[in-house]
Amino acid sequence: MTADTAKNFGPAFKTNWYARAGWLAAFLYAAYAANYLDVSWIRFLRGLGNGAEFLAEMVPPNFSRWQLLVANLMETVEIAIIASAFGILFSLPVGLLAARNLMPLWITWPFRTFIALCRSFHPVIFAILFVKAVGFGPLAGILTLIFASIGFIGKLFTEAIEEISLKPLEALRASGAPFMSVIIYAVLPQVLNRFIGFSSYQLDANLRNSTMVGIVGAGGIGGTLFAAFQRFDYDFLAAILISIIALVMLSEFISTRIKKVFQ
Amino acid sequence: MSPSPLRKWERFTFSERLARFAVFLGFAAALSISLRSVQIIPEFLYDAPTQVADLFSRMWPMDFAYYPAGIHDAMMETLHIATLGTLLAIVMAIPIGILGANNIVHFPLLNWLSKLILVSSRSVNSLVWALLFVAVFGPGPLAGTVCIGFRSIGFVGKLFAEALEEVDPGPIEALTASGAPWFSVFLKGYWPQAAPAFWGVFLFRWDINVRESAVIGLVGAGGIGMVLDTALNLFFWNRVSVILLSIFVVVILAELFVTAIRKRII
Repeated sequence: MTADTAKNFGPAFKTNWYARAGWLAAFLYAAYAANYLDVSWIRFLRGLGNGAEFLAEMVPPNFSRWQLLVANLMETVEIAIIASAFGILFSLPVGLLAARNLMPLWITWPFRTFIALCRSFHPVIFAILFVKAVGFGPLAGILTLIFASIGFIGKLFTEAIEEISLKPLEALRASGAPFMSVIIYAVLPQVLNRFIGFSSYQLDANLRNSTMVGIVGAGGIGGTLFAAFQRFDYDFLAAILISIIALVMLSEFISTRIKKVFQ
Repeated sequence: MSPSPLRKWERFTFSERLARFAVFLGFAAALSISLRSVQIIPEFLYDAPTQVADLFSRMWPMDFAYYPAGIHDAMMETLHIATLGTLLAIVMAIPIGILGANNIVHFPLLNWLSKLILVSSRSVNSLVWALLFVAVFGPGPLAGTVCIGFRSIGFVGKLFAEALEEVDPGPIEALTASGAPWFSVFLKGYWPQAAPAFWGVFLFRWDINVRESAVIGLVGAGGIGMVLDTALNLFFWNRVSVILLSIFVVVILAELFVTAIRKRII
């Protein structure tokens, strides 16, 4: 092999100037935004001092009011379970009606808008509106999470239905099956497993969110948490936070087990 | 010998069916217990249509004049909180994600530590994070930015760690064989393979953070939520409706923006 057959391909790793410019832009933006938001290193350091004080007051966690804690956690779990059940129940027809390969445009359009509306607002905003509509208490939380569930499961379920194979549908229709039979024997068997997957994920998400809707008065442990904050009752707060994290981890464990059953 | 024509074919084994049945039964039991013990006042539910009608009558007509006066600046603040918070999350999530990838860091203890950080970041809700940081940094956008950052570590870090674990080992082996130092191996071996997933996760999380940063102000962490909280406390429902509408528009625009970029880069 002679020297002239070896071509010069240039350096092995070419400098990607676009990427470097991107990183520089991100850095400049961060500096600008930090200035805009009045986020400064001094404030951050001063905050760290507060944070240390705050953490010191949190230990040892105070579990002496465990009865209240358990009752609140029960209510949180109840909100999550009821909201998931109704949310799953409602999102099945909503998802079917919003699928563009099954329904005409004038049906899918309103249902797609409804799903988009459910998804765009954070559950807390729904919770505020429902607290106004049905008063303080778990009912507002349940209604909030039902809407959140429809937004999430409805969207993914619609997408799953739009990806199905249309051949079984055609076969059933050709043999004269009525509409409901087409849905039950051709559509659902193709998407039911994914639907169960989305539902179990949403059950988990609802449990997380039901710990929070109480902050605006919609029931569950969030109300107690917010009250403990406002009374500077930080050792009880630590107990609440620990129990919330334990609850979420437990539910994650259970949902992984459930997913294994349905695989 | 041909198989017996009467042989029965089943999709699931007996134990599989039993497990499925047990899951459904357990959920039904939990639901019925919950329905019995949850404290719902039915009168409130009957009253709901009147209340909702009242709510909408108060929200109409919308006070659009309030947008330039009180909402626009807060909305910009919200967008900055979301973006800066997501950048902060990236800075923190990259090292934690690397620690969590068991094909890069071979110490199970460090992997486990990273998992613990990621799980606790995800299991505490953003509003609760916001409360904590308001207590630490005082009310304002600093608390909101740090809250969004900490809340997002779990999500970004977990998906980044998974992307790193799925990396094809070929280029890594080639780089190690040629004697590249660890940092070069990461930068030229792992990063190019994990980068598309990483930027996808970043955009997705930014989209989520726009929604979240709109509400963390309710507990004092800056942005549009603080304006919403004031309007709610003063019962200015015609302002509340403008605020909700502007949140809706911004969230939809953010989603369209993210979808457009994703189509381009991925």
